[in-house]
Amino acid sequence: MNLIFEKSVPGRMCTILPSCDVPQTDLADNLKRKSALDLPQMSETDVSRHYTELCRRVYGVNSGFYPLGSCTMKYNPRIDEQMAALEGFSAIHPLAPEHTTAGCRKVLETARQYLCEITGMDDMTFQPAAGAHGEFTGVLLIKQYHDSRNDRKRTKIIVPDSAHGTNPATAAMCGYEVINIPSAPDGCVDLEALKQALGDDTAGLMLTNPNTLGIFDENILEITRLVHEAGGLCYYDGANLNAVMGIARPGDMGFDCIHLNLHKTFATPHGGGGPGAGAVGCKEKLRSFLPGSAVKGHEGIQVRSFSGNFLVVVKALTYMLTLGRQGIPEAARNAVLNANYLMHRIKGTFEPAFDRICMHEFVLDLSRFKEETGVSALDVAKSLIDMGIHPPTMYFPLIVHEALMLEPTETESKETLDRVAEIFRSLYDLARKDPEYMKSSPHNAQIGRPDEVRAARTPVLKWTREEDS
Amino acid sequence: MGSYIPSTEAQRKQMLREIGLEDFRGLYKDVPEAMYLDRELDIPSGMSELEVARKVSAVAAENKVFPTVLRGAGAYDHYIPSIVRYIPAKEEFLTAYTPYQAELSQGILQSVFEYQTMICSLTGMDVSNASVYDGATAAAEAAAMCRDRKRRVTLISASTHPDVINTVRTYCYGTNDELRTVPVKDGRTDMDELVKMLEAGDVSGFYVQQPNFFGLFEDAEKLGKIVHAAGAMFIMGCNPIALSIMKTPAECGADIATGEGQPLGMPLGYGGPYLGFMATTAKYMRKLPGRIVGQTVDADGNRCFVLSLQAREQHIRREKASSNICSNEALCALTAAVYMSVMGPQGMAEAARQCMAKAHYLADRLCSLNGVSMRYGGEFFHEFMLDMPKIPQVLKALEENRILGGLPYDGGILWCATEKVPKEDLDRTVSIVREVLK
Repeated sequence: MNLIFEKSVPGRMCTILPSCDVPQTDLADNLKRKSALDLPQMSETDVSRHYTELCRRVYGVNSGFYPLGSCTMKYNPRIDEQMAALEGFSAIHPLAPEHTTAGCRKVLETARQYLCEITGMDDMTFQPAAGAHGEFTGVLLIKQYHDSRNDRKRTKIIVPDSAHGTNPATAAMCGYEVINIPSAPDGCVDLEALKQALGDDTAGLMLTNPNTLGIFDENILEITRLVHEAGGLCYYDGANLNAVMGIARPGDMGFDCIHLNLHKTFATPHGGGGPGAGAVGCKEKLRSFLPGSAVKGHEGIQVRSFSGNFLVVVKALTYMLTLGRQGIPEAARNAVLNANYLMHRIKGTFEPAFDRICMHEFVLDLSRFKEETGVSALDVAKSLIDMGIHPPTMYFPLIVHEALMLEPTETESKETLDRVAEIFRSLYDLARKDPEYMKSSPHNAQIGRPDEVRAARTPVLKWTREEDS
Repeated sequence: MGSYIPSTEAQRKQMLREIGLEDFRGLYKDVPEAMYLDRELDIPSGMSELEVARKVSAVAAENKVFPTVLRGAGAYDHYIPSIVRYIPAKEEFLTAYTPYQAELSQGILQSVFEYQTMICSLTGMDVSNASVYDGATAAAEAAAMCRDRKRRVTLISASTHPDVINTVRTYCYGTNDELRTVPVKDGRTDMDELVKMLEAGDVSGFYVQQPNFFGLFEDAEKLGKIVHAAGAMFIMGCNPIALSIMKTPAECGADIATGEGQPLGMPLGYGGPYLGFMATTAKYMRKLPGRIVGQTVDADGNRCFVLSLQAREQHIRREKASSNICSNEALCALTAAVYMSVMGPQGMAEAARQCMAKAHYLADRLCSLNGVSMRYGGEFFHEFMLDMPKIPQVLKALEENRILGGLPYDGGILWCATEKVPKEDLDRTVSIVREVLK
């Protein structure tokens, strides 16, 4: 398929603007751009067709099963999109006078109220634009808290080795030393290791519950108690909230601050990698440290301009209004049911890393399978592509080898789960019959396996004209 | 209650039975009793789609929509071509995840590669990333790129948007680094002060906004020379529409170019989602944070695209990563690419010229009124600061006529005019202001 630049024809254009109806002005010569602006020159037909062609090479939630563990690829309701596109929201300037933006403030206030109730927090900000951004904000609340009490010896953040890579990266961005603690054999926090790591230099703990293996840590109250006893605070990574929303609340588990992924749990679309929204909630003692906008008069910290990804919050609010008080826990329950059902149907072929009730996601451990057949988790993932299914999360969490993490979500039907289980079973058999076929998969996709080594060794990160290269 | 769960009651019962459970409660046996919420959430009951549509539309109706917007200050009301709204709404683009599985997401990867190429063209730089959250976070990430073991201090001009300064300040607080603001003189960076502040030799990077918060063009080339002479790096945060006609960061000798991409087809949206673009020279390629798409071949030799240079990123380097950024603003980057493709080089330059022309026209006509004067002299793009009496009354009168006037700031008004505002609205604005000031 050609790049848009390869379809460009000099002199071709769309007719978007009228001619200027006021006198022209000219930029002084020393301020003028000298180099040509090399952008595609297309008719609207060309643009339309190019993006249609690109679209055919994208697999969305609308295309089929998308079991990416920890990503919560649930159905993105169209009514959410429609509401966010209303002129009464999309045409509003972030600095319009307050008395003209009552609707925007109502959206933020209502979303705040509902999410505080769902999470057991006292206050919330919507300024962070993504999960990692929310993590950064949450850890900054902890940092400000200790600084405000002149408690400067707290230089360490504890992170379990099962954590998502953003957790330690975030701690480092906040100037903390990261203390990795090993998980217990069942994937939960090793209480002894935690006790050893705790001290008066502990600023806090970052944790996800259910954890990245899809297991609810039943020691959670003891964990948060231990951290508080040592003088630290507890941060909740809300990526896995879909398992427990409306059923258990991080605020009741002892967490002091949390982040949510509105683009996971609250059904706003992933957009190919954003925009999301990483709402951050906190208990009373951290409220005064929440971020705001300087140009709007805020005097504390700030993590992005204005109030955050407002239109994404509109989508999440629309979703919460739709599901309501019964629908929220119902979604969680069925997410957990679907995961357990799928795991049960696959069991007997691929091995779950932990043979116990899971939450909204489960991990398959393919290390023995790989020893026996030579076919790796990666090969299985690539073979799923040929079967019309998006691969699950691969090689995460790091504490399971040859891991595949599956999260079906509640918006998948029983028929889909049955069919997917069949597909997994058939691949299990294929690995014994024709491992080479799987090792060179996919065979029927847009492309074969890309040469990632070459991409990194000789980076080509933009298109250049023939004459220039 | 609204629901998106396909399974019926009967199917749910069947699935529970198959996994050996009586009811849903059994799924949560690991949750301690004390923590299992034994009451319903204190939020309203769910609703059907029709009810939700009515309710949310009513909330939207509580906002006042201004057909004419003469306020900028970091969020700009440009004309968005129709097709720019349709393409990112295509379901595949809208709902896909990050393109980690290249074989299934060539469409996204290629569109990002095209976006990266366009940003390089716009800024004149060698390499762009796939975007970051907004212009303010782009500035903060750029400041971090400049730091090394020896030099850690960041300088930022006080002529920068307050939200950008505060965001950079926050990121510096995170890493325990120092941020110093360079004072403003007559609306622009005070070069003498800048020179003084660079003398200690501890500055890693200097950031200036172009055009700056007051709408004025800085002498970026000269600023760049001063900064480089002191051994520091030069970051320019640029308005992407202005870049179509103004000297590029590359032409000014910048090491890193960033900016707020919202003007490239994104609505005002009460502040977001927006788009942060970041581009740099080949020399600093590996210091760029965030996703980058690279070109390669597959096993059959077909050109294809992948997420590349991932060794910089959090999922590989964890606490050693230079940034924790995991996602980008993919759909917004797609929006920007479509906008730039539809407008093309002629359309972009025309939009820029018209923004400038209309702002100058409005400034001239307002300044002809009694008591109204330009606060700062010199060249400006599409924003300008005016001093005038009766500011609240002026803005109120405009509001009653469905015009969002400039931003009241520092005792004056920061006005903005884009290509979208027709001459009659500019003339009407002047008449209304004249009436108030009589």
